[in-house]
Amino acid sequence: MGVSNKVALIIVSHSIHIGEGVKELISQVITDVPVMLACGTSDNEIGTSIEKIQAAMKSVNGKSEAILFYDLGSAKMNAEMAIEMYSIKNTEIAEGIPIVEGAYVAAVESNMGKAKSDILKSLQKLKADES
Amino acid sequence: MIILTVEKTKKWMNEIQKRMEANKEQLTVLDQAIGDGDHGINMERGFREVLAKISDTEYESVADVLKSVAMTLTAKVGGASGPLYGTAFLKMSMAMQGKEVDEIVFKTAVREAAEGIKMRGKAGMGEKTLYDVWNQVANFLAEEPAEDWDALLEVCQATIEDTREMTATKGRASYLKERSKGHVDPGSMSSFYIFEALMTVMETGDGSE
Repeated sequence: MGVSNKVALIIVSHSIHIGEGVKELISQVITDVPVMLACGTSDNEIGTSIEKIQAAMKSVNGKSEAILFYDLGSAKMNAEMAIEMYSIKNTEIAEGIPIVEGAYVAAVESNMGKAKSDILKSLQKLKADES
Repeated sequence: MIILTVEKTKKWMNEIQKRMEANKEQLTVLDQAIGDGDHGINMERGFREVLAKISDTEYESVADVLKSVAMTLTAKVGGASGPLYGTAFLKMSMAMQGKEVDEIVFKTAVREAAEGIKMRGKAGMGEKTLYDVWNQVANFLAEEPAEDWDALLEVCQATIEDTREMTATKGRASYLKERSKGHVDPGSMSSFYIFEALMTVMETGDGSE
């Protein structure tokens, strides 16, 4: 199975440092799962950019499926808008999943060749207890 | 009666931009109290970009103008206001698609915008967000003809005041819990300027009638 068939990760963070940090953490153990960053505003300030998110999604498009991780609420809103505005079909948002742990677990499982739906199922265990 | 034309819509955006520029500092101070302190900067930049985009563009319809507004705000505002206002104007645009914007279409569009904000922000009434203002405006328009703009603005004003004593449960302000009380919600305030700008356009017309 080629690299391109593995489920890709998209990291949407307000801070480019958080994104790069997550990628660095993953790359210590996993090197052949695509990790796309869409972090910071278009000026690389704190915030998120729908254009960057869209670009990350498009770089996955057609090749494989992707799971998107976000940090704060507005990052998720921008991710949702990008999916709706550009009719993205192959990316799913990991809702309420911690960005660091979530991305790490997903990278490991993607590397094992697991399907997107199975990875998302594993991620549910990381969900913060909301009760 | 036609409420909005392409010209009036452009003028509306112009009036919004003036207010965001004049009140940039106030919105930022409000956001510093309970958020991340960039609302004034974001809104001023967003509507400056909107004007730059729409001023020299020819549009066929009000729906086309508002779609352009939505895309620009989403891309340029940053923070939660980008997708929230982007969604609001996109929903308005969709409700106006292929139609002249008479009173019924206008009212439907405002309701759709409010519902869009609710959906995007997962917000309900009384959670100290801009949804409060949009929902109350939509409720007012459901009952009253779209002509008493002073009364509509009073509704906005009262809603903003209501947000002061609320505890935020959505957005960055929610992390402050009880500490978010005593401050007006910045998003509600910027929404007020959007409707105040609309009132100005409605009362002065665009000179073409």
